[in-house]
Amino acid sequence: MPTLHSQLSPSSESFKANAARLRTLVADISEKAATVERGGSEDARKRHMSRGKLLPRERLAQLLDAGSPFLEVGQFAAFGLYGGDIASAGVIAGIGRVEGTEVMVVVNDATVKGGTYYPMTVKKHLRAQEIALQNNLPCIYLVDSGGANLPNQDEVFPDRDHFGRIFFNQANMSAAGIPQIACVMGSCTAGGAYVPAMSDETVMVRNQATIFLAGPPLVKAATGEDVSAEELGGADLHTRVSGVADHYAVDDEHALAIVRRIVKNLNRKKDIGLVLKTSIPPVHAPEEVYGVIPADLRQPYDVREVIARVVDGSEFDEFKQNYGTTLVTGFAHVHGMPVGIIANNGVLFSESALKGAHFIELCCQRKIPLVFLQNITGFMVGAKYEAGGIAKDGAKLVTAVATAQVPKVTIIIGGSFGAGNYGMCGRAYSPRFLWMWPNARISVMGGEQAATVLAMVKREGIERKGGSWSKEEEAEFRAPILEKYEREGHPLYSSARLWDDGIIDPARTREVLALSLSAALNAPVPDTKFGVFRM
Amino acid sequence: MFSKILIANRGEIACRVIRTARRMGVKTVAVYSDADARALHVAMADEAVHIGGSPVAESYLRGDVIIAAAKATGAEAIHPGYGFLSENPGFVDQVTQAGLVFIGPSADSIRAMGLKDAAKRLMEKAGVPVVPGYHGEAQEIVILASKAREIGYPVLIKARAGGGGKGMRRVDHPDDFADALSGARREAKAAFGDDRVLVEKYVDKPRHIEVQVFGDNFGNAVHLFERDCSAQRRHQKVIEEAPAPGMTAELRAAMTDAAVKAAKAIQYSGAGTIEFIVDASDGLKPDRFWFMEMNTRLQVEHPVTEMISGVDLVEWQLRVASGEPIPLAQEDITLSGHAFEARLYAEDPAKGFLPAIGTLHHLSFPGEAAAGTELRIETGVRQGDAISPFYDPMIAKVVTHGPDRTTALAALADAVTRTEVAGSTTNAAFLAALARDPDFASGDVDTGLIGRKQDELTVTAPPSSRAVALAALAATGAMASAASDDPWSSLTGYAHFNPLARRATLSFGGTGIVAHITARPDGRFQVRPEGGEAFVLSAGAGAGDAGATVAAWPGHVTVFEAGRSFDFAISDPFARAAEIGEGTSSMRAPMPGLVKLVRATKGDKVAKGQPLLVLEAMKMEHTITATHDGVISEIAAEGAQVTDGTVLVRFEE
Repeated sequence: MPTLHSQLSPSSESFKANAARLRTLVADISEKAATVERGGSEDARKRHMSRGKLLPRERLAQLLDAGSPFLEVGQFAAFGLYGGDIASAGVIAGIGRVEGTEVMVVVNDATVKGGTYYPMTVKKHLRAQEIALQNNLPCIYLVDSGGANLPNQDEVFPDRDHFGRIFFNQANMSAAGIPQIACVMGSCTAGGAYVPAMSDETVMVRNQATIFLAGPPLVKAATGEDVSAEELGGADLHTRVSGVADHYAVDDEHALAIVRRIVKNLNRKKDIGLVLKTSIPPVHAPEEVYGVIPADLRQPYDVREVIARVVDGSEFDEFKQNYGTTLVTGFAHVHGMPVGIIANNGVLFSESALKGAHFIELCCQRKIPLVFLQNITGFMVGAKYEAGGIAKDGAKLVTAVATAQVPKVTIIIGGSFGAGNYGMCGRAYSPRFLWMWPNARISVMGGEQAATVLAMVKREGIERKGGSWSKEEEAEFRAPILEKYEREGHPLYSSARLWDDGIIDPARTREVLALSLSAALNAPVPDTKFGVFRM
Repeated sequence: MFSKILIANRGEIACRVIRTARRMGVKTVAVYSDADARALHVAMADEAVHIGGSPVAESYLRGDVIIAAAKATGAEAIHPGYGFLSENPGFVDQVTQAGLVFIGPSADSIRAMGLKDAAKRLMEKAGVPVVPGYHGEAQEIVILASKAREIGYPVLIKARAGGGGKGMRRVDHPDDFADALSGARREAKAAFGDDRVLVEKYVDKPRHIEVQVFGDNFGNAVHLFERDCSAQRRHQKVIEEAPAPGMTAELRAAMTDAAVKAAKAIQYSGAGTIEFIVDASDGLKPDRFWFMEMNTRLQVEHPVTEMISGVDLVEWQLRVASGEPIPLAQEDITLSGHAFEARLYAEDPAKGFLPAIGTLHHLSFPGEAAAGTELRIETGVRQGDAISPFYDPMIAKVVTHGPDRTTALAALADAVTRTEVAGSTTNAAFLAALARDPDFASGDVDTGLIGRKQDELTVTAPPSSRAVALAALAATGAMASAASDDPWSSLTGYAHFNPLARRATLSFGGTGIVAHITARPDGRFQVRPEGGEAFVLSAGAGAGDAGATVAAWPGHVTVFEAGRSFDFAISDPFARAAEIGEGTSSMRAPMPGLVKLVRATKGDKVAKGQPLLVLEAMKMEHTITATHDGVISEIAAEGAQVTDGTVLVRFEE
């Protein structure tokens, strides 16, 4: 395989400036991550611990194999929403290893508003289940939640992708042979009671866990019966009398040890049907990627500089290198796993779109997972290109992306604007995972273009009425638009709404890709049947 | 030469004999009990025959079954090893009557030496000096006590049929004579089925020096120099060496002469050892040694003689038994360098050398000898084998040989330090401490040395904080990365930004330890025991970066550091849950054994420290005392055979 040779000099001023800037962005996200990882308030955490309970991240750490990676999903969910203190939307989710098996873990954080479900909590729980379903990962729910967040009931209860969908998913995953395991370590009330009840195997911690459809106050109100929470739905009752739960644990550590034992007995084998090679590190150090990325999103650079810092041995077999050159396609390996890489190197032309569609066909035929490195302003505009049928060529690419059944992983490394987002496997195209770099931006078009279009419309309107619009007035008009696009296009804004699965450190892209692909390969790679390509 | 022999023994000596036999082209038949079905000696032999149950009385002492096995397999001769039937003249007769050859002396020779008093009379007649003492038939306490007074205190009470320190008591004062006598008798009865004793002068600064002799069927007898076995703990040999430190030409000549004389006096054939007691209170003098007894077998410590003489004593045994003369003349037997042997035992020096039974989950001997020396490991066990309660808990003999005593001793200390055993407590640190003891190093050793310095030699050191951190990491089950190319194996502890911190809960000597562990991007771990400093460590087998290694086994982690092993128990949530569920307070057997005496009954109100029962294990009696005040609700029955962990006593709630 040919090795990519970097054209950049790490000692150059621009390289250093780029690196300094991107490192600042990463440090900012890392700091915010540390904040959300703390969960609820100091008081809430103290109260939680005083009951002999482990904190949610401690539970997670004790559940996973020592040294297991944790591919967290939706870390910044609800970031800045609901008043700003619903850390990770009150639920931690991600993939880790338990007894050598990759599992999806969903951990309620009772220190965040009692672990109640806000709209983003529901969305995140469902996203975690979607990942589990697509990638055939057993689900472990560490339950400690007061159920639906009542003030937000209209946004969490009634719709298709609301609370009830959690149990629909559990039933259907169980039906698909994907184990559902619940470990109740705190409250589990009302609708939430169905999480353990719908699971294949359930553990309960004595004196901590309660499962009931209606708690003691509701029972008192409804029937006048005076009953304690433990009597009504404690571990003893449910493991000895009701059969709602299967395993009785004396504390968190014991409960997690039981869950590990359950996983050990799942009898699952990861069968990767691809030809794997021995993993070798890239020739070019992944950390150098900081210096590759220009501060200005609009400034072009060769995306091969990024690929060289991600793939095994920096080796990249390019496909159609001289055709449609604004889209780079080729084969490489990541941690020994074969991948087909599709990366933007400028605006998409008809040729680039056709090349992309062709390459996706190759990968689907050969069952090679696809990696999209997305940095796209959109398709080329203009009379010549419209007449050349860029819309139908773009449609071919979108068709190929939409119907490709091989695992797809998208990383937004720069801009994600307009139809480019579709052609490069944006969220709507169901990549198995979608990660974002801290420097990335996502919106229907760039803030600059949006401001220009809106200003043009406004100017036309004013001038049609005979008015005039000064440059200053136009600048004043543009400023809030630019500000809005900058804010709403920011990765934190995107992550807060779960438009992506998380923000990652660009220097660790190789690791994220490797974990994502390897997790995805827990599910067999199906055959692809493409739709009609408009010719 | 024989074409096939049967080895009526087990463990390291069976393996030792098989090796020489194989080298000589002689086929071997092993015998084994239930407990030894998968033992090393069985695996090594060309054939193996099951001879009965695990207790020695049902297997290794069953002469009839062993002879039948020899006949059935076509073996022509039986090698008895040491212990078991090796000095049983009745067995020798049966072997001979069955038309087989006993690889050892004649029954008459054994009988002549078997009873210590008779042996001493015989030696006196042959002109060999003997220790003053009473070896008479009378066993009444008044007679024995008056004889003791005649000999003069301190005296030694010994089992007449004895050996190996069993049934032996030192008495310093007439008031203690009665108690010591009954104890000696009980042990003698248990060990040899014969509770008769003799009384001897107790020598004040005694050294135990023995001479290896070898006789053949042509009336020849030679010696292979002496061994010094003065490093003893309660009459059990700990480290043996050859030659004896400070040995003079005069004394050696006198002792070896006496030894050869003794062998010739009984027409001795095969390997034998004449044990002498030497008074070293005024240096080694040729007139200050006395005959103690003759061991009519190959000794445990024979390798040190082999190392200095270059002779394979087992080969000689086979040659002489098959009718050949002794291969070398006396003048052709030379002494070269110095050799040591340390006996590695599964026992706990910190708990009065209680036998420690267990599975050897980790067993590793040094692969290479120290520069300029030779290293020899004699063992009958492999990693994964169990040290069972039925047999001697010896794990191995570590033997070194060097050009001089200092070099050989340093090599011994080094080899013992590098020996790793997990799953059972061992005396390794004690052996290393003894090998490094300045008195022992200077050769100023007598049989009381270990007793005087026992506290010093068995002092325990707490594990270093680094050892604690290593144990904590291993307790989490963390594996070395790169065990697999799958990124879920190799990308240790990946997290988008901040790694998860997990806890390890374990204990050392009953003290709980909690450590906080985070993975680092380089695949190593930061480990911070609570209240201690943080270490950056690698995980996985043999993870010790410098000076320490780790072995993990079910429920435990053992860290080997500077020749010491530290056994950490990993907190088991299931065991803890079971305890919480059980709720009763109970006392469990510390080791497998027989409940010999029960001193309390159900309903008794007992105080902490009060003796409740006596457990006999490894022929030693262990008193089990109440762990706390309480009322007994259940107690084991006398005569009950219990295993490690059996509930002996339950208290009322």
